[in-house]
Amino acid sequence: MKLSSILAAVGLVMGLAAPVANAADISGAGATFPFPVYAKWADAYKKETGNGLNYQSIGSGAGIKQIVAKTVTFGATDAPMTAEELKKAGLVQWPMVMGGIVPVLNLEGIKPGELVLDGPTLANIFLGTVKTWDDAAIKKLNPKLALPSTAITVVRRSDGSGTTFNFTDYLSKVSADWKSKVGAAASVEWPVGVGAKGNDGVAGNVGQTKNSIGYVEYAYAKQNKLTFANMVNKAGKVVGPTIEAFQAAAANADWANSPGYYQILTEQPGDGSWPITAATFILMHAEPQDKAASGEALKFFAWAFKNNKMAEELDYIPMPAAVVGLIEKTWANDIKVK
Amino acid sequence: MATIDTTQPLTQAEQSESLSRAQVLRSMKRGDIVFENLSKLAAISVLLLLGGIIISLFIGAWPAIKTYGFDFLTTQRWAPSLKPQPILGALGPIYGTLVSSFLAMVIAVPVGLGISIFLTELCPHALRRPISIAIELLAGIPSIIYGMWGFFVLGPFLAESFQPAVISFFADVPVLNVIFAGPASNLSLFNASLILAIMVLPFITAISRDVFATVPTVLKEAAYGAGCTTWEVVWNVVIPYTRVGVIGGVMLALGRALGETMAVAFVIGNAFKIQASIFAPATTISAAIASEFAESDGLHQSSLILLGLLLFVLTFCVLAMARMMLMRLERNQGK
Repeated sequence: MKLSSILAAVGLVMGLAAPVANAADISGAGATFPFPVYAKWADAYKKETGNGLNYQSIGSGAGIKQIVAKTVTFGATDAPMTAEELKKAGLVQWPMVMGGIVPVLNLEGIKPGELVLDGPTLANIFLGTVKTWDDAAIKKLNPKLALPSTAITVVRRSDGSGTTFNFTDYLSKVSADWKSKVGAAASVEWPVGVGAKGNDGVAGNVGQTKNSIGYVEYAYAKQNKLTFANMVNKAGKVVGPTIEAFQAAAANADWANSPGYYQILTEQPGDGSWPITAATFILMHAEPQDKAASGEALKFFAWAFKNNKMAEELDYIPMPAAVVGLIEKTWANDIKVK
Repeated sequence: MATIDTTQPLTQAEQSESLSRAQVLRSMKRGDIVFENLSKLAAISVLLLLGGIIISLFIGAWPAIKTYGFDFLTTQRWAPSLKPQPILGALGPIYGTLVSSFLAMVIAVPVGLGISIFLTELCPHALRRPISIAIELLAGIPSIIYGMWGFFVLGPFLAESFQPAVISFFADVPVLNVIFAGPASNLSLFNASLILAIMVLPFITAISRDVFATVPTVLKEAAYGAGCTTWEVVWNVVIPYTRVGVIGGVMLALGRALGETMAVAFVIGNAFKIQASIFAPATTISAAIASEFAESDGLHQSSLILLGLLLFVLTFCVLAMARMMLMRLERNQGK
């Protein structure tokens, strides 16, 4: 009697749950950085078309694993796969939105944008060779600021992260020492510093710790009202982290001639370019098993590109119209949904 | 009282009664057999589960065991994305796990015993319940809350007032100025130990309070009657009488401290390098797994699973050592 009533209850629950998993729902997994904008797009798309999107922000590496295992319709990653890797896995890749990574600090008396850093100095701070705020290298860049002699506390990510991949890629480009000792990857062997989980963990930690420095996606710096540093870019000019500076860096990217849209946007030329800019990518199978779901996913992405304003509202940089045209051509040529 | 004549044949009523009694007894016996088997099943399922976990950990860790072998235990480097092959070693997390748990015990055992001695021997009756309830509430707080409190409240407080004072106090003392070296940090091995100490305090207090209460009043009164002070009664009568139970409570707390994950991951700073100063960031086995597992793959993931296996072994060794200690104590008492 009891057992049968339990079975009945289970059946009831499953029966109730079944309609929720709509056949038209698109599933995706991966990078945490674009999650806010994907969620916003998905919400608006659901209201407009009735089709839902289920995105799990489980991290770039995990997203690649999930799409290779074909458990999701699309994967998302901040660290792009190379053309060979894509070919091997039978995947098609394209950029979805872009963002900026900014050094944030907590130093008494220093306001946002007052402190200027260049690539080699930033690398040396994260290598632990520049130890105090009044180090000659920092003083040279900021002759007018009164810098304390206190030790610098470095805050970095403890988890693997696409943000870290782009940040360490930048440091590898500007510092030979960094390249040989640490290198560029989603999780690296940090020479110094305390590790915090996620962009919000680093932002929280820098906000709390006096004399600290860290790096976060621009949106997190803005939301947490953190003091950011201006950077010296490849052209030798001092730039601040603004949408315009991110766009200037993104405009340099030669998307048309990079197979698999493999482009890393750090250390781009141009007077107004922000040096640590990054794109986040979508991955789909060229010959998907579930053609209907993949077709629905492409419809969603096309719709998202038309609603780029939502990304701008959340401080992301939309892909330029010309690049969207290229991407749509790629979809038509490379992904077999029919 | 009437004596029962057993030679008399049983009456109808008596016969049916004894029959039904036999039936009842039989059905009770059946119930007992079912109960025995069910409880046996429960006990065996624990063994199966434990075995299954060990086997799956071992399978997951095999690539790392094959690649690094014994070096895994002695390497301090943790470079998951080194080409062509990552260099991964467990020395940092093992050090952090052992030292943070040890420091937590150094802080929590005296305080916990102090609380329970106060509660059982000295406390005015009106205070006893509020303090007991407060301690038990501490045990009910989820560990993530401890982590967030440590991160947002305790960390900044320690970094701004406590640590600088200690660092400058010991600045001229050899050895201690290395252990308590600067710079002060919001996230450090010491902060993690302190959080752990607060978390395990209820275990030590609750268990030692309960065993202190089992000391026969006669013993204590005899000691008082012989002119002992309260301290002498506690030290020479109460603690020796309850030694086994107290150590059991401490070991339970140590087990909790070794495996605690979220609170530690929040406040320890997640640095794999071993530093002499306890105010420097470090990491523990469980914190490393929690922060890196989701984004790991290949040898990196296998190494994290191997770390999990090591924690298993470590906890097992600690508990086994505790058992041996208890056995030796019991033997000594028997002499």
